[in-house]
Amino acid sequence: MNQMTSSVETGLVPDAVAVERTLAGDRDAYRILVERHSQNIYRLAYRMAGNSHDAEEIVQEAFLRGYQKLKQFAGQANFGTWVYRIAANYAIDRIRQRKVEDSRRELPNRESEEGQEIDPLAQIKDSTPSPERLAGSNQLALRMQQALQQLTPAERTAIVMRHWDGCGIEEIATVLKSSTTAAKNTVFRAVQKLRVALEPFAEGRQAVRAMGTE
Amino acid sequence: MEHPKEEELIAFHDGDRAGREKLSAHLESCAECRASLEKIEAVFAAMDAIPVPEPGENYGQRVWAAISPRLPEKRPSWWESFFAPRRLVAVGAFATIAIAAFLLGRHWKPGPAPMVENIDTQKVRERILVVAVGDHLSKSEMFLIELSNAGPNSTQGKLVNISAQQHRAEDLLEENRLYRQTALQEGDKVMASTLDELERVLLDVANSPEQVTPARFESIRQRMESRGILFKVRVIQQGLRDRANPAKPQPAPKTQQQQNISKTNHQEGNRA
Repeated sequence: MNQMTSSVETGLVPDAVAVERTLAGDRDAYRILVERHSQNIYRLAYRMAGNSHDAEEIVQEAFLRGYQKLKQFAGQANFGTWVYRIAANYAIDRIRQRKVEDSRRELPNRESEEGQEIDPLAQIKDSTPSPERLAGSNQLALRMQQALQQLTPAERTAIVMRHWDGCGIEEIATVLKSSTTAAKNTVFRAVQKLRVALEPFAEGRQAVRAMGTE
Repeated sequence: MEHPKEEELIAFHDGDRAGREKLSAHLESCAECRASLEKIEAVFAAMDAIPVPEPGENYGQRVWAAISPRLPEKRPSWWESFFAPRRLVAVGAFATIAIAAFLLGRHWKPGPAPMVENIDTQKVRERILVVAVGDHLSKSEMFLIELSNAGPNSTQGKLVNISAQQHRAEDLLEENRLYRQTALQEGDKVMASTLDELERVLLDVANSPEQVTPARFESIRQRMESRGILFKVRVIQQGLRDRANPAKPQPAPKTQQQQNISKTNHQEGNRA
């Protein structure tokens, strides 16, 4: 198979056929699945990891694991949902690992969404922002990104799956390997923590609004 | 109604139906709870403000380029390949023929002598096999003719779509492998060799991309024609037809004694 035919095949071959072909020994058939689902998995991975570097690693690892476990898939669900679940699981492990790595460093560095290193000292300042600093949507996004980083991996997974990808509680429970009640509570906890983290910002906005109306 | 818990407000925001009407009515009248719900909504709105950078249109190809060298070849176990859907069709057809031959062999007892029965059963089996292989060859012949006649579009440089031929080649390939193996087991070297050559053409087509360049299409066709595979298939087919439907029973070869008698009769006739 060459690159020239990639878009043609990707558009025509259903997932189930590509899975069957891969299992029958046609490794190139897996390319169809990778090309078709990469973008979606990337969005999940980015929201979970908060940076492009880790997101790309999660995407690659998810497809590698998917290939290794393809026999277990056996048409049990939609391939996209299945590989999404693998990616979410791996993302949880990756986030935990990243936290351990960060905690070992004296001055942990993290990338912002623009790929720039964020100074940890600036982050401390960010925790008590003035209303002016937080007025723009960029600041809001950054604040939210930071708040998401403070969640536990399970909470982050739950909120990303629930809010952005509209996953059901059962689906979240499967990924978290927990009961549906526990998964529901994880979503609630995540929202509560985010609300608390955004409280100063909300107050700031109110102040800005008040200043503007005065 | 008491003030709802935060969990209930989150569930309400999520569209949970349980107690929705009651909660709705309460929110109408309670400014405090409305403010709490607004805070929850602000959290989700803030989440939507997080930009996700677009990885680019060819991102999937980049992921594939990164992971493909790390993917081991998957070798299907023998039973998986045996039970693959396409193969099952061929195996099913073959099994039907074998069962039919077996049943015919069991119920068709023309004579008391076991030797004769054995010979008849063999004949029936052979006949059924001949019909099945004949059918396969005639399908293959059609395929080869179509491939030979199909050609690149008049527009230079455009890709040729051979997906239809590819699917047919894949179907024929499974049958072909079975019949080639059978021919080898039966010691029919000519048949086995022709089927082997046919298999290479089928593989050539089946393993090509769905869209090929005119040059590649031409090379497939040239390889097919250089092997004279269509001619060989026709010859084998004719041989099979002769075996299946002998047009006129050939006179049995005369024994030396018969020849002598014949000669004698002829000489006598001349004399007369």
